[in-house]
Amino acid sequence: MEKKRILSILVKNESGVLPRIGGLFARRGYNIDSIAAAKTENPKITRMTIVATGDKSTLEQIEKQLLKLYDVLELKVLDNENSVSREHVMLIAGNSEETRANLIQVANLFHANILNVTEESLMLELTGKPTKIDSFIKLVEPFGIIKLARSGLTALEKR
Amino acid sequence: MKLNGAEIVLECLLEQGVDTVFGYPGGSVLNLYDALYKYSDKIRHVLTAHEQGAAHAADGYARSSGKVGVVIATSGPGATNLVTGIATAYMDSIPVVAITGNVPVNLLGLDSFQEIDITGVTMPVTKHNFIVKNIEDLADTIREAFLIANTGRKGPVLIDIPKDITVKETEYVKKVIEPVSNYYADITSDQIKEVVDLIENSQRPLIYAGGGVIASEAYESLKEFVEKIDAPVSSSLMGQGSFDNTDDRYIGMLGMHGTVTSAYAVTECDLFIGLGTRFSDRVICDIKSFAPNAKIVHIDIDPAEVNKNIKVDLQLLGDVKCILDILNKEIKPKNNKEWLDKVYSWKKEYPLKMVEEDDEMVTPQYVLETLNELAGEKAIITTEVGQHQMWTAQYYKFKYPRTFISSGGLGTMGFGLGASLGAQVANPDKRVINVAGDGSFHMNCNELVTAYKQQIPIIELLFNNNVLGMVRQWQRLFYGKRFSQTTLDRDTDYVKLAEAYNVRGYRITKKSEVRDVLTKALSENTPALIECVIDRDINVLPMIPAGGSINKPIVNIDI
Repeated sequence: MEKKRILSILVKNESGVLPRIGGLFARRGYNIDSIAAAKTENPKITRMTIVATGDKSTLEQIEKQLLKLYDVLELKVLDNENSVSREHVMLIAGNSEETRANLIQVANLFHANILNVTEESLMLELTGKPTKIDSFIKLVEPFGIIKLARSGLTALEKR
Repeated sequence: MKLNGAEIVLECLLEQGVDTVFGYPGGSVLNLYDALYKYSDKIRHVLTAHEQGAAHAADGYARSSGKVGVVIATSGPGATNLVTGIATAYMDSIPVVAITGNVPVNLLGLDSFQEIDITGVTMPVTKHNFIVKNIEDLADTIREAFLIANTGRKGPVLIDIPKDITVKETEYVKKVIEPVSNYYADITSDQIKEVVDLIENSQRPLIYAGGGVIASEAYESLKEFVEKIDAPVSSSLMGQGSFDNTDDRYIGMLGMHGTVTSAYAVTECDLFIGLGTRFSDRVICDIKSFAPNAKIVHIDIDPAEVNKNIKVDLQLLGDVKCILDILNKEIKPKNNKEWLDKVYSWKKEYPLKMVEEDDEMVTPQYVLETLNELAGEKAIITTEVGQHQMWTAQYYKFKYPRTFISSGGLGTMGFGLGASLGAQVANPDKRVINVAGDGSFHMNCNELVTAYKQQIPIIELLFNNNVLGMVRQWQRLFYGKRFSQTTLDRDTDYVKLAEAYNVRGYRITKKSEVRDVLTKALSENTPALIECVIDRDINVLPMIPAGGSINKPIVNIDI
């Protein structure tokens, strides 16, 4: 059975690390749902949050193969119990003046921020759990989504 | 002491105890070769005909000696020519350090002349690779590369050095390098107890030795283990030589071209102990029929190999030798006479036999058995890839590790000749014979010139059947005898070709000539090529078709 798994990995902040990880997933046929990366408090180290999908043995292989990469320093499997995860979305939606008020209502309901306003459309942003982002997008969809950018999941282990 | 980058590279090689490198010069490595000129009394450079040959030679050097093989090539085509050699080493976990030149740092990324992103190209076929853009990082990068190549599961590492880095100067401080020790076991006392219990309760254990036994120098420990638990031993292609093939308990290879005895033993065993192996698809064949009655114990240094190709019942992670040494202390000697008698009866009933011998026909079996008798157990046998490779693995009795050198994982035709050069350079006191087919020979036969020029007295034993025999065998079995592009009939005069390279050439067409020619070639300390003309319809048997049941080997093919 296919499952999702959140992997939080620390890697060396060097050029070539991302292709090593991307290449590993590509050549071994692993499914990658999202990948989010940026340097940590230590500029020599980058934290990557990878969401991967696969059956049990594939997920086990993904972990082991990642750990074999010389640039991977640490790998943790995260879940709802041991971590907090968030995603960020930015989107431009709306198609007419008449519906704008309703769109603002949806935005307020989710506590989404309005970043930019034009005559026809609004640019909105929201941070939250992926499920929240999903339902936000679902409710905005009828107003017409013109552009959308999701950050991919990022997560942090609780202390 | 202030040195330039090229000198630092060589000093760092000396730190690692490197006294031989293989390679080919070019624009981006001019400074490196200038330094090699200066260091020629300390480091021997073996110039090959082609960078691929150099990469295979470094690999053969490593396989036959246990040391790290080093290969140097220039940027662009020089670097890409290494790729097949690096990939071959990667698939078989061989420690090789490849050093490539590149264009100066300020020309990187501009599609400059002979620029190639070789770290990008070799990412999937190296354990790790580096590009050095800062002279201050050079020495430590080289040290790290050797450490990575040698640590845990071994493998190739590439270091790409832009030309200006080899010119720049910096302070060099010599470092004393501690030898890498992989002698560790990541196992608990519960696991030891569990495996000891499994062994003690087993009636029909089978030991299966892979290349990891050779990599971890576990020959003696395996011998003791086998005697203690009184089990038959099978091996993979890579594991040939990890256990004395002339020992009664040895039952031959397992898998696609393994023996019938091994196939039956794996089917009937109740405990299967895989040592230093990755359970290749060429061995497991059909996963459902593999060791159906057995608990499987997997001992390996690479955690990612456990439960990858086959689900195992018990895993012991660590160095094979270290774990065997622990187990040897814990296990009480066993007696499995009943099981061994059964195995021996299979061995008697199903010997490896190629074709009915007659007086005239030269068969690979006869040639290899005669070579075995004349060259002996200390000789190093390298191979190309194809039928001749399997015949060599089947009929030559390897007694010691590092005496059989072959491209197992990647199956690289053209590997053997280069590898034999490296093996001979590493072992000047031994005879090195490369067994080849005519297909493989034509891929990299240019390296005969290296054997002559560098006075490397290898013997090229060429089985000429004028076809791509292994592919032809598959076409016969599975493609309705449509021999598409596998009938070579190139009419090459191999004796003349050898002589053109200043290598002595012999031609064998009759069985009666085999012994004399082999004796003569072995008695001379110069390179030689021996062409053995053989029938094109001899098959490699037994054979289990890809994905077929391991307990149903094909033992006869109608021609």
